[in-house]
Amino acid sequence: MGKQKTILVACGTGIATSTMAAKAIESAMEERGIDVIIRQCKTAEIMGRLNGVNVLVTTTSFSSDIGVPIIRTLAFLTGIGKEEAIDQIIAALEACDK
Amino acid sequence: MINKILELIVPDAVCLNMDAKDSAEVIRTLGEKLLAAGYVKESFVAAALSRESELPTGLPLGAAYNAAIPHTDAEHVLHSALAVATLKHPVIFQNMVDPDAGVEVHLVILMALDHPKVQVEMLQEVALVLQDSATIEGLVQASSIEEVFASLKG
Repeated sequence: MGKQKTILVACGTGIATSTMAAKAIESAMEERGIDVIIRQCKTAEIMGRLNGVNVLVTTTSFSSDIGVPIIRTLAFLTGIGKEEAIDQIIAALEACDK
Repeated sequence: MINKILELIVPDAVCLNMDAKDSAEVIRTLGEKLLAAGYVKESFVAAALSRESELPTGLPLGAAYNAAIPHTDAEHVLHSALAVATLKHPVIFQNMVDPDAGVEVHLVILMALDHPKVQVEMLQEVALVLQDSATIEGLVQASSIEEVFASLKG
């Protein structure tokens, strides 16, 4: 993968489920040797936090045309579909280099 | 592995086999117990209820039992803490990522999170618990606080 990518992880409060997801994504990326910066915010703050972001992962139903891919998933909380969610994130990051 | 959860659970705010009619009653009952025990501010219950209606916290776990993890902004919290309810009859919480869908919930973990000292380990431990169907089953079926702790210790 090309240069370091940034993942924005958003949830309702910006401190609870985004922390769970961010930690799980961090270790998944580390295991795969992918160098990423992970930021967190509240869903309500997303629009102002997109600068330099390559993919948005959210545990809420947030939906909007923000110019970066959005991955809505509970996989990092419940474990269900976790591998698929990680693959989706990696595919979105790889697409940035194309 | 679940040391932080054990540290932060407030025994007086563990309600087993609660007979609640809806999700709001569960949140209110648990929130009032955290208030009585001095962990949250007066504003916490109303804030948790309104946050749940805007940004719900039901989580389908793909097994026998589902869970919900209501919480709200740190400004309503004095000290981080956890309250737990198991339900006599499941109640509907809306799905966190798909709020139009209802989730039949048997286990509610109400989280009081004190920012900026966000309890990262505790949150990671809650995710581990949610991902372990044996622990969830043990919690839902627990009939005493000792059994709750035993299930968490695995």
